[in-house]
Amino acid sequence: MKILVGYKRVVDYNVRIQVKPDGTGVVTDGVKLSANPFDDIALEEALRLREKGVAEEVIVVGIGPADLTAHLRNGLAMGANRAIHVQTADAVSPLTAARTFLKLIEKEQPGLVILGKQAIDDDANQTGQMLAALWDRPQATFAGKVEIADGKATVTREVDAGLETIEADLPAVITTDLRLNEPRFIKLPDIMKAKAKPIDVIELGSLGIDAADHIKTTHYAAPAKRSKGVMVKDAAELVAALKQKGLL
Amino acid sequence: MSERETMEYDLVVVGAGPAGLAFAMRTKQLNPEITVCVIEKASTIGAQILSGAVIETAPLDRLLPEWRSNPPPVCVPVTKDEFWLLRDHASGTKAPVTPPQMNNHGNVIVSLGALCAWLAPQAEALGVDVFPGYAASEALFDEAGAVNGVRIGDMGVARDGTHKPGYTEGIDIRAKVTVLAEGCRGHISKSLIKHFDLDKDSDPQTYGIGIKELWQLPPGRGEAGKVVHTAGWPLANDTYGGSFLYHLDKDRVAVGFVVGLDYPDPKFSPFEAFQQFKHHANVKGLLEGGTILSAGARAIIEGGFQSLPKVEMPGAILIGDSAGLVNVPKIKGTHQAIASGMLAAEHLVATTLNPTGWDAKLRASAVMSELKKVRNIRPGFNKGLWFGLINAAWETVTGGRSPWTMKNHADWSSLDKLGQYEAPNKDYVDRTLAPRDRLASVYFAATEHDEDQPVHLKVADTSICIDRCTTEYGNPCEKFCPAGVYEIVQDEAGKRLQINSANCVHCKTCDIKDPYQIITWVTPEGGSGPNYQNL
Repeated sequence: MKILVGYKRVVDYNVRIQVKPDGTGVVTDGVKLSANPFDDIALEEALRLREKGVAEEVIVVGIGPADLTAHLRNGLAMGANRAIHVQTADAVSPLTAARTFLKLIEKEQPGLVILGKQAIDDDANQTGQMLAALWDRPQATFAGKVEIADGKATVTREVDAGLETIEADLPAVITTDLRLNEPRFIKLPDIMKAKAKPIDVIELGSLGIDAADHIKTTHYAAPAKRSKGVMVKDAAELVAALKQKGLL
Repeated sequence: MSERETMEYDLVVVGAGPAGLAFAMRTKQLNPEITVCVIEKASTIGAQILSGAVIETAPLDRLLPEWRSNPPPVCVPVTKDEFWLLRDHASGTKAPVTPPQMNNHGNVIVSLGALCAWLAPQAEALGVDVFPGYAASEALFDEAGAVNGVRIGDMGVARDGTHKPGYTEGIDIRAKVTVLAEGCRGHISKSLIKHFDLDKDSDPQTYGIGIKELWQLPPGRGEAGKVVHTAGWPLANDTYGGSFLYHLDKDRVAVGFVVGLDYPDPKFSPFEAFQQFKHHANVKGLLEGGTILSAGARAIIEGGFQSLPKVEMPGAILIGDSAGLVNVPKIKGTHQAIASGMLAAEHLVATTLNPTGWDAKLRASAVMSELKKVRNIRPGFNKGLWFGLINAAWETVTGGRSPWTMKNHADWSSLDKLGQYEAPNKDYVDRTLAPRDRLASVYFAATEHDEDQPVHLKVADTSICIDRCTTEYGNPCEKFCPAGVYEIVQDEAGKRLQINSANCVHCKTCDIKDPYQIITWVTPEGGSGPNYQNL
């Protein structure tokens, strides 16, 4: 079985996001970029399935500009067998990403697609669900535990009320939640080995999909600053202050 | 336990700063057959580089003659130089002429972090393997006692030393020559200088601490290319230091403060001095209404000519600020770092990778004659600001031809005890500009350490902190650390030292200034530490 893994590059989670002064986006110059943490978890899960003998091949997929290569090499260093780089200089919406994956699925015929439940840049949480619908296959989102046997995936999902276990026929789409696993560290010699692994480069335009952006972003803005707090001496003063604001 | 994995290179470079990258690139330019790798503890290249930085470009012109057609992302030619002497929080005098070392005509303002991030792919294009996110934790030796590589720190070790599920043993990198380019007070350089007694013929090394913030000003307020330096307030006459204010493009300004770590006042806080400076009448208006983009701190090596240790040892060499090549009156080290890296590459290629002779080569070079010329300027300030300025003028006029060489003293030894030091009136003001305190500042450094890893600030004997230091010096670690790592806390068991190592910005000040010399900075897990943006 082949496993296709979505491997998106985002602004690193440690970086303090800054909105460009003109509001057209966030600052990415001189900013550390790294793998979407949920995608690292997706890749780790795929690698573990391969190590268990459930899968033979793990393919990482990235959609983005030409300099995405270094990022995909990280995925290869972590252990993926090969990478597919769908090249585009434009921003990629979840729908475009899902359509792109569908094209790759038609070509690669994977038994399983594992994606992060969301990317930490746009927090859309849509690609996995859209892909399952377009592909007309089962989806198991927010996976906290995954077991594969007899052509079925048994997935424990993290839902509001607790844990929900579902069974899905393969092929299927799984999206990962935070507690599914802890991604491994990359060992230095594996970085060298990754240099010899293949990266297929495909132009997004050559896939023949509608990549138009159906949603227009009008502007970006930083959250309003919290106003300074006021220290009160005692409960009475607090009550008085709340009353004055008409909150009591 | 299985044998550690090993990788072999001709040359392993520790630290992807300007010296290390220039060294690696020059080596490959001269002989592409030589294998070189560069190990960097920061998660990405440039994320733990902090400098002013106005740089001289001559060495860069030699390394990359075409660099101006593909300049680093932050690169603004200096258009205007000013030097101010601040008397108090409200007034100051602009020097009619800028001291010659501070004349920056022809120099460019850069972000050294961005410059290194720009150099790294060019090094890779030449065939250098650059490995960010891996900390070289210790030197390795062969049977004859020569250095023959470095060990990469283990990943996935819990605070108590046990192995977490993801534990990954660090590998050994073996090399014919290990090139230490760790920057100021590198921990492997420090241990090897001690091991091989490389400083037995030199004065003790001296240091400063630099704290820097990058500000985004309201539109139209920046004056791209303007460079301002100050001396005086808020520092007392007995403390060496001053500020820098560099106007970048896009209404961004780099503001920073440097303090010599030989200050005597045990209660002195370099962080507070910097924040005070920002409230000077000349500066506050510039910053008001702006926002901080990034902030951090780093020790600077100041000992220069007379403190330079021997820079070669069996199997290894020191370059850049691992050796200590900053020209203090110019407040510049980048050109020296790049020049020394290139020179070391030329030496090793010419000698088929033999460290012997590197020390003589460096000392005979322009890098060293530049340091010799200014050798008496920094120590002159040990006698106070005014003596320092007059002495600096003399040394400058005579071109450093004075027959004497002033001595340097270890910074930790210059701290006065409580009661011994009489603090002058500091004329500090109430602060309103961000950050409120050191924790708020650390937020802008985006520093990150997995809390569940061994504490990387090793205090040999914490009982000294409570039994002696509290009464003798009043725990200066609480004041000199710019990130609030050290805290004396009181709980049921009594007073104890708490080390908030997750806040550490890797500046190394504690390792230098602690008066009992019991703090040792070691590398945390690779990839940990600050994530500076354009510092």
